[in-house]
Amino acid sequence: MAGETSADHTPIDAQELFKEAGATALVVFALCFSLVGFKTEDVPGGLDIITRFDDVLVATALAFIGRAALVLLRQGYPLPVLATALPVTILLIVLHFSDAVFSTDTAAVLKRFLPFGAPVIDWLVTILAAVFAIRAAIARQRAGSTMTTEEREKAMDRIGARVQRAARILGPLILGFAIILPFLPMADRRILDIAILVVTYIMLGWGLNIVVGLAGLLDLGYVAFYAVGAYSYALLAQHYDLGFWVCLPFAGLMAATAGIILGFPVLRLRGDYLAIVTLGFGEMIRIILLNWYEFTKGPDGLSGIPRPTFFGLPFTRSPPEGVETFHSFFNLAYSPTDRIIFLYYVILVMALATNLFTLRIRKLPVGRAWEALREDEIACRSLGINPRNTKLTAFSIGAMFGGFGGSFFATRQGFISPESFTFIESAVILAIVVLGGMGSQIGVVFAAILLIGLPEIFRELHQYRMLAFGAAMVLIMVWRPQGLLAHREPTLHLPERPPDAPRVAGAAK
Amino acid sequence: MSAGTPLLGVEHLTMRFGGLLAIDDVSFEAADKKITAIIGPNGAGKTTVFNCLTGFYQPTIGRLTLHHPKGDFLLERIEGYRIAKDAGVARTFQNIRLFPRMTVLENLVLAQHNVLMRASRYTFAGLLGMKVYRDAEAKAVELARYWLDKVALTEQADWEAGNLPYGDQRRLEIARAMCIEPTILCLDEPAAGLNPRESAVLNELLLFIRDEHEIGLLLVEHDMSVVMGISDHIVVLDYGRKIADGTPDEVRRDPAVIRAYLGEEDDEELPPEVARDLDELR
Amino acid sequence: MEYFTQQLINGLTLGAIYGMIAIGYTMVYGIIGMINFAHGEIFMIGAFISIIAFLLLGTLGVTWVPLALLIVLLVAMVLTPIYGWALERVAYRPLRGSPRLAALITAIGMSIFLQNYVQLLQGARVKPLQPVISGGFEFMRTENFSVVLSYLQILIIVLTVILMAVFTLLINRTSMGRAQRACEQDLGMASLVGVNVDRTISFTFVVGATLASFAGLVFLLNYGVIDFYIGFLAGIKAFTAAVLGGIGSLPGAMLGGILIGLIEAFWSAYFTVEYKDVAAYSILVLVLIFRPTGLLGKPDIEKV
Repeated sequence: MAGETSADHTPIDAQELFKEAGATALVVFALCFSLVGFKTEDVPGGLDIITRFDDVLVATALAFIGRAALVLLRQGYPLPVLATALPVTILLIVLHFSDAVFSTDTAAVLKRFLPFGAPVIDWLVTILAAVFAIRAAIARQRAGSTMTTEEREKAMDRIGARVQRAARILGPLILGFAIILPFLPMADRRILDIAILVVTYIMLGWGLNIVVGLAGLLDLGYVAFYAVGAYSYALLAQHYDLGFWVCLPFAGLMAATAGIILGFPVLRLRGDYLAIVTLGFGEMIRIILLNWYEFTKGPDGLSGIPRPTFFGLPFTRSPPEGVETFHSFFNLAYSPTDRIIFLYYVILVMALATNLFTLRIRKLPVGRAWEALREDEIACRSLGINPRNTKLTAFSIGAMFGGFGGSFFATRQGFISPESFTFIESAVILAIVVLGGMGSQIGVVFAAILLIGLPEIFRELHQYRMLAFGAAMVLIMVWRPQGLLAHREPTLHLPERPPDAPRVAGAAK
Repeated sequence: MSAGTPLLGVEHLTMRFGGLLAIDDVSFEAADKKITAIIGPNGAGKTTVFNCLTGFYQPTIGRLTLHHPKGDFLLERIEGYRIAKDAGVARTFQNIRLFPRMTVLENLVLAQHNVLMRASRYTFAGLLGMKVYRDAEAKAVELARYWLDKVALTEQADWEAGNLPYGDQRRLEIARAMCIEPTILCLDEPAAGLNPRESAVLNELLLFIRDEHEIGLLLVEHDMSVVMGISDHIVVLDYGRKIADGTPDEVRRDPAVIRAYLGEEDDEELPPEVARDLDELR
Repeated sequence: MEYFTQQLINGLTLGAIYGMIAIGYTMVYGIIGMINFAHGEIFMIGAFISIIAFLLLGTLGVTWVPLALLIVLLVAMVLTPIYGWALERVAYRPLRGSPRLAALITAIGMSIFLQNYVQLLQGARVKPLQPVISGGFEFMRTENFSVVLSYLQILIIVLTVILMAVFTLLINRTSMGRAQRACEQDLGMASLVGVNVDRTISFTFVVGATLASFAGLVFLLNYGVIDFYIGFLAGIKAFTAAVLGGIGSLPGAMLGGILIGLIEAFWSAYFTVEYKDVAAYSILVLVLIFRPTGLLGKPDIEKV
């Protein structure tokens, strides 16, 4: 190994190294042997089985190398790790981008040297190698000592604080970009659709952030309110022939009411029980939607949900007689993207309203009480704060935003069915909130772009999306449970003492 | 019996956990504008009395009456949070319960939640940023500032409460309880874990609250040196029963009290006077 | 009456599955106070390992049913617990002592991860298995209905009883079981008197996973089809069973499992099949609201 290891170092404990790395490899082998090693294949007339032992061996070898690197880092030998990880990273990156550098033929040959068939695995290995390289470099910089948990906490909190401070400048920039996005040359139909999706999830994330981030109530059935909003709008529109804008407040109200009805009996339950019960409610609502055929058309779903109009002007090419359309009113040529752009602005405004509302309410007594409840419910009771009502407001306000989001979903799709409202949807929204940092508004934006935008743009990532969500939730909780960008700003400060401060009531009787 | 107007009446309080009789028919009175202490060896049921009073436990039997200026409250009948909100019973906890990740100032403003809720017209006026609310908030901050000055934490107003040293957390918890503008302040072992200097500061604060704010104080203590110095009235519990009730001097001389403390092994908990009495008895 | 008896038999079989999974929930809850949300996925993995083992035995030519069953049982009960062990080691141990919600979010993350892990590796399609054991006793015959107690159901119930007996002995008679019970009472105290807490918690996960893998095998035999999603619903119902029986109580978990199995069977038979899951969720909500300690649980006094 590298000869530079200085004399004051204890020599590498090779026994420990091989023992730990070997044990890890053994476990990984045992894990992979059954489910990776054998694959059940559908063949006519039943199932067949194929073997993939090469993958098992690769996984085992990777586990060995990775664990060995970790042990080396811990023993204070970042150099060998750096010396291995850095060239590997560079090599892999060069191979990944070989089409950009070399001719197509050479690139095709080079790409064959990528260790794995699946691009995602190759990228994963690249990223892991890079992480090791960075960690080793940091460890080397810090003379071999790794950060303690507390130091890391502090450093992460500083980053969080810096991001939030930057958000004051970054926020308007992002907002500006969001506003002009539809008019940028790159904004084709696909980009706009993705943007709408991302902003929808940002809004839902902000809505759930009130419940999970601020009030600390783990709601695993958020999608129920999304569904209530969507169905409320669809049914109101179909039965009473009402437009989107009239129905929107009703849909929000219905969802909030559902929140109160569901929340009232269960909100006094302890946190983890509450989570499971909300999950149960989410599933119950889905099952009811699925089976109450006369009302919801069951699995067939509701179709023909009216599109939103621009102050009463529809976005259609050939309207019925006597109805003015958006393009004819403004003397524009008909363009199908107009409607998409309009939808994009609708959800943008809705999301911004959610954000503004949250930022404001956090500084009001209710908002502070939510956070206090998250910290210590017993202390809240001793101060005369009504825990149930306070939780209920958080729950129902969160539900209301879920309902708004749902009716937007309905009007955008034009078709809804219970399939859109599974537990996975709740989990995705929760993952966004958790990853972004519970209570952090800007964190939700980043997380939504990362978790929703990226897999949409790179379609091959799509099948790994939920796998990554699950892994991300675990890693974040293990590494930094408050969330990546969590940093709490106080809701109020002590003002400078006024020169002639009047004695307050109660100061002395 | 204690002098002064009665503030809190406890009658026949009994609390049973499954087969365990934690409090057995305890009755006493706490007077307004006086400091009443409940003492007793470990496991005597002191904290349980407290938890019944502040609505965390539902007593098996008993009547707990608070004589509030607005009328009498039967504490065993009202919901937990209303005991603080309506009856004005404030309390602190044996193992401090602050909101650790919120700032010191926020902790104090939270204690004025109900006042601020009303002023924010249950959030609606607050959302619109109306003047009623802004004024109320400014007033709440001033009350918080007053208490910060009193407990010498003004400098730390923007600290996260969890980052304060232990002694400061204790004082902050008392300040927070005072911010609900209570009729009675209940303190659960306020001196636990404090050094003698901090203990002295605490005593001064408690006397200040009694004399300047003219409310009754009820404290549970196990460290008798705190109690003897400042209490006007002492109730002694042992194994869930009341064994003595009177002024510090009366209690000190009570043979039942001496016996109860004799049974306890760690004599170092005893104030020197009691230890001396015990030696004489031996 | 015939119909009723049939439902009773079906309900008991189903209840055995739920009870076996519920024990895993209740043991983990008892010892570290967390809801191991991913436990349902361990059950699912057990079912997958079983089907792979069956198929392998088929290609190897092992066709004598008792031998095949025994081998599959052993394979599933050895390989699945590795997942249970790794789950605790990777996802839960670093979070020990952190707030319940953090642990629960991790568990949900792990559940999503494992579901998709299996989906990616084994495909999203439903996996069918030829019936391994067929036939049964018919009795209480009337002109248009007869009660069938299949050999499979007998086997399931017998195996469950045997496994429960072994499990009870393991917990009550072995030193590891004693350590487990000690940790359940007081984790901190147990570590002070020299119980290896880490090992005991791992042991708990391994035992829970073993029982869940048995449930997975039974599920596979009983229904003949599995997919990567079966762990979610079965997990929630088993959790409901654990709560109904009184979370933390081992006999309670089995009792709760059987009750949930019976309720589900009778609900499907006499009311509506479509709403049988709603029935399970409703029980969960009702029990948590009105009797959070369950049927056999100990009361939980709030510490102030």
